[in-house]
Amino acid sequence: MPLSREEVQHLALLVRLGLNEEELETFRNQLSQVLDHFRILQELDTTDMPPTAHVLPLTNVMRDDVPAPSLPVEEVMANAPQREGNYFRVRAVLEE
Amino acid sequence: MKDPLYALTIHEAAELLRRREITSLELTESVLHRIQETEPRLHAFITITADLALAQARQADERLDRGEAHPLTGVPAAIKDIICTKGVRTTCGSRMLENYIPPYDATVIERLRRVGMVMVGKTNMDEFAMGSSGENSAFGPTHNPWDLERVPGGSSSGSAAAVAAHQCIYSLGSDTGGSIRQPAALCGVVGLKPTYGRVSRYGLVAFASSLDQIGPITKDVRDAALVLGVIAGHDPLDSTSAPVEVPDYTAALVPDLKGIRVGVPKEYLGAGLEGGSREAIMTAVGVLQELGAEVDWEVSLPTTPYALACYYIIAPSEASANLARYDGVKYGFSYMSGASMWENMEKTRQYGFGMEVKRRIMLGTYALSAGYYDAYYLKALKVRTLICREFEAAFQSHDVLVTPVSPTPAFRLGEKVHDPLQMYLSDIFTIPINIAGLPAISVPCGFSQGLPVGLQIIGRPFDEATILRVAYAYEQATPWHTRRSPL
Repeated sequence: MPLSREEVQHLALLVRLGLNEEELETFRNQLSQVLDHFRILQELDTTDMPPTAHVLPLTNVMRDDVPAPSLPVEEVMANAPQREGNYFRVRAVLEE
Repeated sequence: MKDPLYALTIHEAAELLRRREITSLELTESVLHRIQETEPRLHAFITITADLALAQARQADERLDRGEAHPLTGVPAAIKDIICTKGVRTTCGSRMLENYIPPYDATVIERLRRVGMVMVGKTNMDEFAMGSSGENSAFGPTHNPWDLERVPGGSSSGSAAAVAAHQCIYSLGSDTGGSIRQPAALCGVVGLKPTYGRVSRYGLVAFASSLDQIGPITKDVRDAALVLGVIAGHDPLDSTSAPVEVPDYTAALVPDLKGIRVGVPKEYLGAGLEGGSREAIMTAVGVLQELGAEVDWEVSLPTTPYALACYYIIAPSEASANLARYDGVKYGFSYMSGASMWENMEKTRQYGFGMEVKRRIMLGTYALSAGYYDAYYLKALKVRTLICREFEAAFQSHDVLVTPVSPTPAFRLGEKVHDPLQMYLSDIFTIPINIAGLPAISVPCGFSQGLPVGLQIIGRPFDEATILRVAYAYEQATPWHTRRSPL
């Protein structure tokens, strides 16, 4: 079933991705086509099959908390689009 | 006429360097000259670090003079631009990170630096490693050195093309669904994707964290064994790197295959495999048999046709979460002239990401969203278990599985850019291996339509030694690795 325009808009809002009209229409068609292909998985019986999120048998990997120098603040902040002192500067999150 | 220095392999160069018959500076200058000469036609690099390379070569020469050499000391390498290099911009092929300068080195870089790496540059790639042709780079596509009208494969497009065109002696790529093996196959070089967890992902910009691995792209199998030996091993900075012993991979390189049980899964030879490629693969399997391997043609992996859908749910789902970090606040492109914080964030992502990246973020978000999670994401994880179990069963009675790498040789630039599903299908033979986290190598096995074809050798988890052995024996018995691209 093809995605609706509203569904595509909703997805874009969830991931905060701005889309223009053309992209919206292109994605509506292409995503519908790919999602259609995904239906093939319904042919497989996976009752009682546990999910695999990760192939390694690792759980709760811990290591000792050994103090070590952090990255130099200046080098880290050098990539900041906007800074104020040692803080990243952003526009007001809560507006009136 | 004597071959130019840039045409050497790592082990050939290492021997000459150790004997001090050549210097790293001479070798590096030869490679840099080669880049200058071929790069306008190839576009394999995003950043060329000539000054850094020359400085590192001088340091390597001092070390070689003191007799403290490692086989990789002073040998010029190119690094995929998704691997963080301290002080050298790392773009991921994206406008989003066009000016990003990492404040730290990835663990693989740290390890290569320790043995005296010379880095000539950062290679071109599909944006955030999403693509199979190199055409999704925000900096323009890389060309295939065998035919400049064709794609080199992707996403490690520049890393494979640069090795094939001798713009470096070896390179590093990353492989989430075939991104090392497929371009290596299409460019006629060797590409190795290690077992998931074998090589640290610390400093590898994340695409799909349960699938990504870093690995070498080289001119021959011995070189792949040498590079893997340096970059492999447990790293406390990556909790998914496995605490498993790293053997001496070069010790595994013997030229016969007595006692090796090779399985050829039927599903990889079916419809969709181009005729000339099929012929090359069948002939290659015959060579393995002549070398003493026991070949079983009756292996079946029935879930193979489902792997593509499984992958294109899991990888974009993980990507949609990983790429949430690009919000224009801490680093990267930042749109600042909107009316609100939200508008700035939306426009940052709108202008910073290219079409394929947006497509996958959208796809992953859909698969993870309320109401669809069970039908898509959870279903894919269950199918993943099926795929893993099928491989496990096949490896009960076989040491390696052998398949094609790519259904076709290099396709034309522009041929598949407007049809995502067709592009995704170029990875049908490499994707299942990432899903199961297995190691696999692509080794040149002939030509179809004048273009290179790659043979994929898949191994048990953490048994890179055996796939290297099979690849080495095959390579030494055939002439393919000595063929040079016309560029």
